[in-house]
Amino acid sequence: MTRIPWAPPTNAEGATAAVTSAPAADPESTVPPAAGGGGARSLRWLRRYMRPPNSAAPPTPTGGGGVRSLWRLRGYMRPYVGSLVIMGSSALVGVFVSMSIPLVTKAMIDGPIAEHEYDPILPLGLLALALGVVEAGLILIRRWVQARAVLGFETAVRDDLYQRMQALPMEFHGRWQSGQLLSRVTADLSALRRFMGFGLLFLIINILQLTVVTILLLRLYEPLGLVVALSAVPIIMLSKRFETRYVVVSRRVQDQQGDVATAVEEGAIGYRAIKSFGRSDYMEKKFAARTQALYETSIEKVRLSSRFWTFLEIIPNLALVIVLLLGALAVGRGALTTGTLVAFVILMLQLIWPIESLGFILAMAQEAMTASDRVLEIFDTESSVQGGERELVDPRGHLRLENVSFHYPDSDELVLRDVNLEILPGETLAVVGATGSGKTALTALIPRLYDVTAGRITIDGVDVRELTLPCLRRVVATAFEEPTLFSMSARENVALGRPDASDDDIAAAIELAQAQFVYDLPWGLDTRIGEQGMSLSGGQRQRLALARAVLADPRILVLDDTLSALDVHTEALVEKALRRVLARATGIVVAHRASTVMLADKVALLQDGTITAVGTHQELIATVPAYRELLAADAETADELVEMGGEVVLR
Amino acid sequence: MTTVKDWRGVAAEDTDQADLSDKVSLLLKERSRRLFVDLLRPHKRTLWFLMAAVLIENAARLSVPYLVKEGIDKGIPPLRAGEGADTLLTIVAVLLGAVVVQAITRQTFLMLAGRIGQQVLLTLRRRMFAHFQKLSPAFHDDYTSGRVISRQTSDIDAIYELLETGFDGLITAVLTLFGTAILLLVLDLELGLVALLCFPFLWLLTRWFRRESARAYRRTRETVAVVIVHFVETIGGMRAVQAFRREGRNQQIFEDVNDDYRAANERAFRLVGMFMPGIKLIGNVTIAVVLIYGAHLAYHGEVTVGVLAAFLLYLRQFFEPMQEISQFYNTFQSASAALEKLSGVLEEEPSVPEPADPTPLPSAAGDLRFEQVSFSYVEGRPVLPNLDLRVPAGQTLALVGTTGAGKTTLAKLVARFYDPTSGRVTLDGLDLRQISDFDLRRAVVMVTQENFLFNGTVADNIRFGKPDATDAEVVEAARAIGAHGFITALPDGYSTDVANRGGRLSAGQRQLVAFARAFLADPAVLILDEATSSLDVPSERLVQRALRTILAERTAIIIAHRLSTVEIADRVLVLEHGRIIEDGAPDDLIASGSGQFSTLHTAWLESLA
Repeated sequence: MTRIPWAPPTNAEGATAAVTSAPAADPESTVPPAAGGGGARSLRWLRRYMRPPNSAAPPTPTGGGGVRSLWRLRGYMRPYVGSLVIMGSSALVGVFVSMSIPLVTKAMIDGPIAEHEYDPILPLGLLALALGVVEAGLILIRRWVQARAVLGFETAVRDDLYQRMQALPMEFHGRWQSGQLLSRVTADLSALRRFMGFGLLFLIINILQLTVVTILLLRLYEPLGLVVALSAVPIIMLSKRFETRYVVVSRRVQDQQGDVATAVEEGAIGYRAIKSFGRSDYMEKKFAARTQALYETSIEKVRLSSRFWTFLEIIPNLALVIVLLLGALAVGRGALTTGTLVAFVILMLQLIWPIESLGFILAMAQEAMTASDRVLEIFDTESSVQGGERELVDPRGHLRLENVSFHYPDSDELVLRDVNLEILPGETLAVVGATGSGKTALTALIPRLYDVTAGRITIDGVDVRELTLPCLRRVVATAFEEPTLFSMSARENVALGRPDASDDDIAAAIELAQAQFVYDLPWGLDTRIGEQGMSLSGGQRQRLALARAVLADPRILVLDDTLSALDVHTEALVEKALRRVLARATGIVVAHRASTVMLADKVALLQDGTITAVGTHQELIATVPAYRELLAADAETADELVEMGGEVVLR
Repeated sequence: MTTVKDWRGVAAEDTDQADLSDKVSLLLKERSRRLFVDLLRPHKRTLWFLMAAVLIENAARLSVPYLVKEGIDKGIPPLRAGEGADTLLTIVAVLLGAVVVQAITRQTFLMLAGRIGQQVLLTLRRRMFAHFQKLSPAFHDDYTSGRVISRQTSDIDAIYELLETGFDGLITAVLTLFGTAILLLVLDLELGLVALLCFPFLWLLTRWFRRESARAYRRTRETVAVVIVHFVETIGGMRAVQAFRREGRNQQIFEDVNDDYRAANERAFRLVGMFMPGIKLIGNVTIAVVLIYGAHLAYHGEVTVGVLAAFLLYLRQFFEPMQEISQFYNTFQSASAALEKLSGVLEEEPSVPEPADPTPLPSAAGDLRFEQVSFSYVEGRPVLPNLDLRVPAGQTLALVGTTGAGKTTLAKLVARFYDPTSGRVTLDGLDLRQISDFDLRRAVVMVTQENFLFNGTVADNIRFGKPDATDAEVVEAARAIGAHGFITALPDGYSTDVANRGGRLSAGQRQLVAFARAFLADPAVLILDEATSSLDVPSERLVQRALRTILAERTAIIIAHRLSTVEIADRVLVLEHGRIIEDGAPDDLIASGSGQFSTLHTAWLESLA
């Protein structure tokens, strides 16, 4: 009667598929059956379990390091050694308890019923009852202990992974897609959890149960035992082979679901463009083609699995037919008692699960090994941007770039070549250049989001690579052109770099950045903004980013074209306030409008990654045609600007 | 000072799912049911077939323990008596037959059910997609693209989940439950009644679990979503995270939400950890009771050993469906909530419907008129009160005014994204409401600052304006707009993939592609809504030169912050609170020296410096 119930292989995978939407897969729908019973239902559980991991995670080839990788993660299980022992022993005892219940049944049939004795009925029955209660109790204990242990393990690894990812530099994040990282903290960790809490345990238990029950069956009646033992072989082999094929088809289904989702996304986000051009028919045709492809693969998957599940069910049933035939004949010959035959049939049905599941558990183990490889891949990545040792006490903000060259890690093309700049404490430099001239790269080098590939950057004479990262990034704050807002309260977004900032400081920063609109949001500063909250206009986002940078109160303030999305009126207000801030700090302002340039004391012209001119705005306007070309709205007014230059600067 | 808990802030949309999941009952609402029936209608015949297959399959499956009983009770005695194995062989042959029939019907059932399920999904996907495309911009403005996407992904997935795992499970579970109960009673009424005593306990336990697990399940879903969002946003915003030393606070928040997830999961695990042993306990107790009572009856010769064996085998099957049904509940709940939302969307009617009997407009000249047009998004708060305006064919009209003056609204009325609340907008004398969507979109094209790029190559994206355009025409359009230079400089030229919503192109380049697309479409009326705002100065200059040629042949409405764009207009309208306060050629307005436009112009000239 006993099939040992298993851990619920709860899966977070469903959730990873759609980040913004609720996960489709019910974590508890994957609970396998606890009571016994032939194939159909346990198979259905398997089928659920078999939903392959998230497609965002293409399999990483395992170079045999799997077992070693798993072993390396053992530290995370250390706090739960006691739990593991309890889990293991309760599962083990459970095997024997569950096995003995059919034996009591046999004793009942062969004893009191066959021998016509009344007295042993009640004691035997009570024994069965007691065993049944113990069995349920053991399951309860195992499951409760297991919940704490495996979830604790999973949570701890996830925390550490997150920490590691935050510590890895931009060079790493530029290389890795976020979906890849996400699938590691969700799908891979679930795979590991499943294996730790369920797979590993049952790999051992099932093999044990298989061995013990088979021996028992062989001892009960050898020929029948052999029939059962032999029927196990094709099942284990086939389920493993099926698993491989199934995963292939499932991955393809997932890919195609991804294509359909992409088309859905295009249809939703590009709706206005589609409407404007009246192209809905065209889009629907495109969509229809993709859904058709998905449909066909899905049907293939249905065909594959329907055959396999049917096969898995028919094998034990055929074994049952043979057992009944041979068993009854044996009983007829007197070689077997009726009780033994009944016990035999029940025991045999108990074996269905361990046999069927073995193939899947082996696959699960493989999956867990791959998963641990993938997780360790993150832990093992060396950070290319390591902090130094020095701290700046009372920094002045004297910034120098000396012969700086830079190329992105994935390309050899130099983005910056031999850049030399000096900005004195309190001074503000504007960097002007056409799209692609390297302005953004320049701003990323100062807080060491990337490291220079040649030359050096110093603050107060100290190479930034010698400073600790927290110190460096306290000195330097950046407002980016495309500001990143997080799905958090507006307050938290502003206080990004200073979570402990006082309300007054926050209010001051907001005012300075002309971001008072936040007070008009439905819940004021507590309103959630970003993807999962209120959406803000480009100008509003830039002002929040500016408030963020101002609140950080840096010695060196880097503004990467922060004002481009503001209307003329707001821009004027923000600029006025910025002048006050820039007076206190060393500033670098990336600009492509003349009005922004006016914030700076001097201007550097960046062309093709190198500085071609430095001077005041009016000097450059007067003497550098390329500069004039960049900053004048059209060629005719460019000439006027030259004339106006002097006057404008006076204001 | 903020604590760990406050960081997330408040948002209105959190209510989207919550309000539904509470109301969902096992009965589908009328609307959902209609959709459901409608989706299944084409498969009516197959469904009958399916029903037959599942009934036969279950009958075959349920007959197995009965046949085992027959084998023991009727097959063995003749053997013992030396009367040969005929009876046994017959029974075993029937058993074999039952097993084979079960296998065949099961395979048939799985295949048919799978096929119907996939076809339903296919239909539903296409229908949703087409319907969302048909719905008006007003609907999309309110509904937001995020929800449009989740209707078509996670909600469809929930239904997929139901079809894939729940459907077949429920049918089998219900049939097994009732089939077994009936068989037990038929085998032996007394013993059967004793066995069925467990039923109320099972029912109570299952009900408790169903309710609790639905709650726990929702909680895990919510918590994992927060974990994922926080994680993804950290990764996406890593530049800001690192530049602002956010790591510590982030770690604190992450460990907190991760722990919430763990706690929710633990709760779910423990519920299962009680439910499963609970079922097991009831099952084991029942078996022990049946064993004792059955042995008692057998002792008195009232039941046979075979019946007892069959009971024990049937009881094994009996306890599983309870779990199946309780599992199914969650799947069903998600799916019915999803169906409810989908059917709601499908019942939405476009607020800007296509005319039933359109007046053909094979080629438009581009003469636009607003006749006493009023428009309000919210009743009682008109954005455009009573506007009269004529834009003769070929004129380039610039709209100027502060945010909220009604510029974009006016443009959207021309593109018929909305219909006027009163009055009418006409093109070549035809009310826009009389023109078919096909003719209208060919005549009027609007380019916004969104510049959405579709997956595919640069050429594909330009060709979006005219799907049957030749390569030469595409290149021609790009040249006209001044985009040819940067496109040929891309790694694969026109064949460069603009993956990730045009991530590889700068905002300005995306805009140029969008312009080329509009140019290729060659409409009689072109609307540019803030279309040049994200161009840098050199690109804007380039576009402006191109615009002069592009706009020459057609009617154009231009909305722009930057007055440089306005300068190429024949005529400028200054709007304030939906009213025209200045109207004239740009030079005239500037020359007047006193109007708003003239003031703006001066301010703009200064800002250039």
